[in-house]
Amino acid sequence: MKNSNSPQTGFESTMDHLDQLEAQSVFILREAYRKLRPLAMLWSLGKDSNVMVWLAKKAFLGRVPFPVMHVDTGKKFPEMYNFRDEYTKRWDLDLLLGTCPPVEEMDPSLPPAARSAARKTAGLAAMIEKHKLQGVIAGIRRDEQGTRAKERVFSPRGASHKWDIRNQPPEFWDQYATPHEEGMHIRVHPLLAWREIDIWRYIEREGIPLVDLYFAKNGKRYRSLGDQDITNPVESNASTLAEVIAELETTRTSERSGRAMDHESEDAFERLRVAGYL
Amino acid sequence: MSKSVTASQDAATPIVIVGHVDHGKSTLIGRLLHDTDNLQDGKVAQIIESSKKRGLKIEWSFLLDSLQIERDQGVTVDSTRIPFLLNGREFVIVDAPGHRQFLRNMITGAADAEAAVLVVDAAEGAREQTRRHAMLLHLIGIRHVIVLLNKVDLLDFDQEQVRQVEQSVSELLAKLDLEAALFVPASARDGDNIAARSERMPWYDGPTLTEALAQVPSPASRANLPLRLPVQDVYRFNDKRYVAGRIERGRVRVGDTVIIGTQKTPARIASIESWHTAPQLSAIAGQSVAVTLEPDVIPDRGDLLHLPDAAPVEASRIRTRLFWLRQEPLRVGESFKLRLATAEHAVTVTSIESVLNLDDLTEQPGEEVPAEGFAEITLSASENVQFDPFAPGTADGRGVLVDRQQRIVGGAPLIGPAEIAVGEKVIHPSASTVTVQDRERQKGQRGTVFWLTGLSGAGKSTLARGAEAALFSAGLDVTVLDGDTLRTGLCKDLGFSEADRTENVRRAAEVARILRDAGQIVLVALISPLQSDRALARQIVGDGFEEIFVDADLSICEKRDPKGLYAAARSGKISGFTGIDAPYEAPQSPALHLKTDAGSADSAVKTLASFVKDTAKLTGAARASS
Repeated sequence: MKNSNSPQTGFESTMDHLDQLEAQSVFILREAYRKLRPLAMLWSLGKDSNVMVWLAKKAFLGRVPFPVMHVDTGKKFPEMYNFRDEYTKRWDLDLLLGTCPPVEEMDPSLPPAARSAARKTAGLAAMIEKHKLQGVIAGIRRDEQGTRAKERVFSPRGASHKWDIRNQPPEFWDQYATPHEEGMHIRVHPLLAWREIDIWRYIEREGIPLVDLYFAKNGKRYRSLGDQDITNPVESNASTLAEVIAELETTRTSERSGRAMDHESEDAFERLRVAGYL
Repeated sequence: MSKSVTASQDAATPIVIVGHVDHGKSTLIGRLLHDTDNLQDGKVAQIIESSKKRGLKIEWSFLLDSLQIERDQGVTVDSTRIPFLLNGREFVIVDAPGHRQFLRNMITGAADAEAAVLVVDAAEGAREQTRRHAMLLHLIGIRHVIVLLNKVDLLDFDQEQVRQVEQSVSELLAKLDLEAALFVPASARDGDNIAARSERMPWYDGPTLTEALAQVPSPASRANLPLRLPVQDVYRFNDKRYVAGRIERGRVRVGDTVIIGTQKTPARIASIESWHTAPQLSAIAGQSVAVTLEPDVIPDRGDLLHLPDAAPVEASRIRTRLFWLRQEPLRVGESFKLRLATAEHAVTVTSIESVLNLDDLTEQPGEEVPAEGFAEITLSASENVQFDPFAPGTADGRGVLVDRQQRIVGGAPLIGPAEIAVGEKVIHPSASTVTVQDRERQKGQRGTVFWLTGLSGAGKSTLARGAEAALFSAGLDVTVLDGDTLRTGLCKDLGFSEADRTENVRRAAEVARILRDAGQIVLVALISPLQSDRALARQIVGDGFEEIFVDADLSICEKRDPKGLYAAARSGKISGFTGIDAPYEAPQSPALHLKTDAGSADSAVKTLASFVKDTAKLTGAARASS
């Protein structure tokens, strides 16, 4: 699992931080593929989910042996749709497309951006039911947001897809939960231990393709990509991978600061997650 | 900026922070992150805003307790992991909650830690959870423990008082075979001896907490231990077979001969396969690999690959330490799956050697392991298990116990093969000089157990009593054990929890076995809803066990409801009732399947009686010898 910077040896002696993260994610993906069928991976077209597809190709020797799923809000950036079409072919992915119900059908007590984000929860729930999925692989990370830090690698969801934060199963020594009731599924989180900077360093090391919205144009770039209407770019001049990494090494603002729904009220994001949001 | 670059070359060191509730763990972490410049700008503003809203000055613990419910209750409900950078070295801080019922969350956070900070309120001293957490640190093999004596401002920074607390905590840890690497007197709230040296304790010349953390040794490499590669899965892609797994110990090289599992099949590592990497000739502990084998054998998930000259321990009886996570106690006789790396073995708890008393930290013999208790037990597997005894610094040699609902109910760092210890009570049942054949000859029948399982109201007792009368008239020696009769006497100490139901089945099976050995025909009428409980009964009885499924639809049983139990269960007066809010697992292949929802009871009794007669009949050979 060593990077291409040291191809001359072929004999391994140590693992660096990225090697360890990669090995652990590969282990998790292989557990999911072994234990959860039918299984699908969420592909939001963002940097983290591209890393996830890449890790699946590492785990399964160059292929992704289960479908990838894009739950489309219809409001992504055009660059993201182009990217999806190109890499579905290049990576030979079995793509499942899901749609989301209109915003008017969402819980009116949620703030506007959270209501918009809730569409994706509903779209995802429909896909899980349609394909009777036992496992859904999602690219969330602990360092993104407080409630995500509480997640399990294998996170069981009841028939209503609700996340029961107060009653999560113990998870240790790489022994993960499996579904044991009708209608349950497991959210699998292979990137949980990765940090934003790890993702970028891994993208750089492996040469993983990305939508170019992540790179600065006219003094702005996107640090996190959601729907067009609820994602804002940040001030930045980082127009290359090396510059993005350098920027992150010194930044003191959080990654999701450009995501409107995280800031509407203290508990909006937690409410979304309890209801089944990623 | 350059600090992150250096840090990425090393793996992060996980540090778990434990301690009694309100001894200041979350405050410590908030303060530590702030004082070492590890907080993002937005976070500090969030904490200040949250604190203000609740009328507090600055509450550092809000940083971690970022869930709404936690803030409102002031309790951390789940473990949290926070990356943390200290002079170029990366750590992951694991915050484990102190509330007693959240032990499972704590173990979730603490299990992989390299070192621990045990926070003790210097004014209060060690409390119940201090002892519990210290024991857990001992069990999961964390050897580097830093004790942070917090809130020393409450002792006016008095050296003598601090020394006394240190002394008492140190004695407590010694009882658990745990040695603290360091004691750091501190005030987390004010930042004394966290990242900066306290000016209020000039007498203290030891390290601050951050200096102490910097001394935590890096994880030892497992690459130089003998190879252990547990098979995770076997893939076949494009006509090529790949054996996938993560190396737990040692290294594997192309060309090595390895031995596979308890079947001990040898094979050569033909290649190490990967995608988008340079070709690999070897791999080390920690790596997830895919290898091809020559010859192309197909191992099972859970098989261990090892080198021929360094085999793991192999045993079917295993002594293990245990931390018990279920809310109901553990009793001897209960069965579980032992998950060990990728392997899964059916095991039964055959004895409980000792249970830890958390009040005085003594180990005492016990009949059961209480909720969230610690013990040493013996597990018996139906097959040989390959393993290495658990040692700190290794990731294998420790398993989890999983119940039928796939819940993890305990953690088991394995000690070794179970041997008879000095002073252990060893039971040698005396052997009878009267043989089975002698009894069969005298009674003219073969002692057999007929195990009638089915829903309440399906007609088990009715059929058993009917068949008993018919068989008795025919001159056979027959007896009935039914559930309600057992529960009024032999089993009256048992309730209806899952563990108690299993125990009820076990006792019924033991009594049935004794009667069978005496040559009797035994009809057992017991709901015995779980497949595994009936398997246990079959195992206890041995030969001459016939499973009979008394089968009626739930709706019909509920309509019959001879004891009014369904009505009581529906109205919530009783809980855990089979068919209503507890599962019934129908037999897969019963020796006899009696449908009782149609037709008369008489014909079912006749069918049962004639089946019993045929089965218990002596064969020609047996009769000839008589």
